[in-house]
Amino acid sequence: MNDEELKRVAEAILFASGEPVSINEMHEALDGVDGRVIRAVIEDLREEYVREKRSFRIVEVAGGFQMSTDPLYGPWLKKMRKSSQSNRLSGPALETLAIIAYRQPVTRAEIEFIRGVNVDGVIKNLMDRSLIKITGRKEVVGRPILYGTTKEFLQYFGLNSLAELPKLKEFSEADIQLPEEEKKEAVEGESSEEIEVSAPGETQRPD
Amino acid sequence: MSYKVKLEIFEGPLDLLLFLIKKEEINIYDIPIAKITEQYLEYLELMKLLDLDIAGEFLVMAATLMHIKSRMLLPPEELEAESEEEEDPRAELVRKLLEYKRFKEAARQLEDMELGQRNIFTRMNVEEYEEEKVFFEASLFDLISAFSKMIEGMPKEIFQEIIKDEVTVEEKVHQLMHMLLVEPIVYFTRLFENARSKLEIIATFLAILELIRLKEIIIVQRSLFGEIEIIRNDVNIKPKVNIVGV
Repeated sequence: MNDEELKRVAEAILFASGEPVSINEMHEALDGVDGRVIRAVIEDLREEYVREKRSFRIVEVAGGFQMSTDPLYGPWLKKMRKSSQSNRLSGPALETLAIIAYRQPVTRAEIEFIRGVNVDGVIKNLMDRSLIKITGRKEVVGRPILYGTTKEFLQYFGLNSLAELPKLKEFSEADIQLPEEEKKEAVEGESSEEIEVSAPGETQRPD
Repeated sequence: MSYKVKLEIFEGPLDLLLFLIKKEEINIYDIPIAKITEQYLEYLELMKLLDLDIAGEFLVMAATLMHIKSRMLLPPEELEAESEEEEDPRAELVRKLLEYKRFKEAARQLEDMELGQRNIFTRMNVEEYEEEKVFFEASLFDLISAFSKMIEGMPKEIFQEIIKDEVTVEEKVHQLMHMLLVEPIVYFTRLFENARSKLEIIATFLAILELIRLKEIIIVQRSLFGEIEIIRNDVNIKPKVNIVGV
């Protein structure tokens, strides 16, 4: 099979699949063509679509390639949909999901420790939507259940892998240690209410 | 004169604290404990006034804040030369707040990503599943989910009627088996259409479970959260249940 044919076969496979197709799966379907060749061929297709301003493109998501429409055409496609789109996730659901995504595997108690509230209902909701799953049990007293994210989670947010999650904002331990003088002021200044207001994120340092 | 109060509803104490910190432009690294405790308690009072449920976690935090405040008012203990400085009593709270803040920010970013994805469509989203495509045996979890949705969907009146004739599980088992002799597939939602009482719904559900146990039927769900189909299990040709002519 020459390159041009290979390109078209790959294109056909991507078109016909609903789910993302991994290089491995394509490698098997294409009688052992080398993975790098497949990747190159898909890149060709991607460039072709951009060049010809097609309304669809090939994205890399959940460890595979998938044909999807350009977001520009979202409004029309929404009208085409037979069933309505799933509801957007609530604030608490997103926060809980974020904790699970970045800290997996994680127990319910660990999640509640960070959020300061009960998460039972949210966990059920996220499980119902197949965005999280049970990944095992923690080997401590009580053997609590551990949660992690699913492949559907990656697809839902358009991620190729967990590595693509945006970096968590960093706050260093050093920011929290207060020098002696400030500590005294903090105690004595209680009644006088003379607290200097500064922009969030800046530590106060005596001159 | 009436007052309109716009009250933000907070899911938890950390939420509320972060809100107060932002509102009062407080430096999170140097929280004026007395001031924030006062405002926090004021807020709880407001919630009580408006008859809002105050979850236990809010009260635990109130106690924590007061504890921190009292520790800060006490003179520092006389420590030996070698021992470390006692940690600022606020430190643990600040750590917790910062940790929570990080995930709140991460959640916001996830939300943006979610929004972006809603404009993108793949063959999965637009097409309806075809009959021959992937189907998988429904799990007990799916069955129970479908059942609870069914119960929710029932109009309230049905539950208030007092039905004279009782329905037994055995009757429902016979009924279902008979239906399956006539049609190879029976749809879950259709089964409950004519249910006249809560008892009947439960009896039907138990009948399904019994037939699954007896391996007389298998249950199938072709799409996520889709209709559940009840199919005769053709491996057993002779039904174990004796069907009396209905």
